[in-house]
Amino acid sequence: MSNEAIQSIVTTCYLSILDVRGIPHPPEINRDTLMFGEGGPIDSMGIVMMVVDVEEAVRAKFGQTVSLADDRAMSQRNSPYRSIGSLTDYIAAQLDGVS
Amino acid sequence: MIADQPVMLITGTRKGIGKYLVEYYTDRGYLVEGCSREAADWSVPGYHHHCTDVADEKGVMAMMASIRERHGRLDILINNAGIASMNHCLLTPLATAERIFRTNALGSFLLIRESAKVMKVRTYGRIVNLGTVATPLKLEGESMYAASKAAVESMTRILARELAPLGITVNLVGPTPIETDLIRGVPKQKIQAILDQLAIKRLGNFADVSNAIDFFIRPESDYITAQILYLGGA
Repeated sequence: MSNEAIQSIVTTCYLSILDVRGIPHPPEINRDTLMFGEGGPIDSMGIVMMVVDVEEAVRAKFGQTVSLADDRAMSQRNSPYRSIGSLTDYIAAQLDGVS
Repeated sequence: MIADQPVMLITGTRKGIGKYLVEYYTDRGYLVEGCSREAADWSVPGYHHHCTDVADEKGVMAMMASIRERHGRLDILINNAGIASMNHCLLTPLATAERIFRTNALGSFLLIRESAKVMKVRTYGRIVNLGTVATPLKLEGESMYAASKAAVESMTRILARELAPLGITVNLVGPTPIETDLIRGVPKQKIQAILDQLAIKRLGNFADVSNAIDFFIRPESDYITAQILYLGGA
């Protein structure tokens, strides 16, 4: 599985949660786009909902069950859910670990 | 595919209360999924058994994936799996204490976490944890069992708040001693001493438990969460 495919899942789920929360889409989305914590638009409940959606999308796309639970989840600076890129890398590492 | 009937997951179904609940709820039209560490030596139409240890994260996640794929929904979780060990604290091995906490507390946590992910899809869920009157009665000889169930009580109250935005209620039923494997081997005078502390001085039965669960899982009970309901007036 490619990082592009994973990033696509993350981006789709991110845009979906923005829609649900009534938050406008940013003009550009890339690896550096901040989702959560300082400078990110999603609150803690939003990130919970989004991460569960991402887990389900990863399972549907790659047929692998991953748990994206992490002790740093709610950290404003070090959360793996902080940006599109950090969550993409985190998922890739999880999938490497199970494959 | 999304099942037409409500789907219920019950843990610890191989025998005792769990097995009774499977029969009770399949009779009432639920699709029931259940698990225990070992295979069940019985079968019931409408019931599917998983050989899963509730404290095994990968196993629990695989079971949930199976439920999601086959039914597309999960309406109710009954966290029934539990183990006990009645012993004086000075004679209780650490391994036994760890085993009790793994199954009773961590197992309940894992099942709630993974079930809520499936329930979230339909913004609807009913979670009922099984506790024990050993916690409020502070029964000697049951320190680790009662403490592990006290942890489940705390989880019930806190997770009820965390999961309320997802349309999921979390409650707990605390049974009195019932004639099951859990109390087989406990001296009669010990059981009587427990019953003497109840408002209603008799052993419980399976129907007492399902009656309380029925109340919590009704669709109309969507305003009832974070509640601890002890049977027998404990």
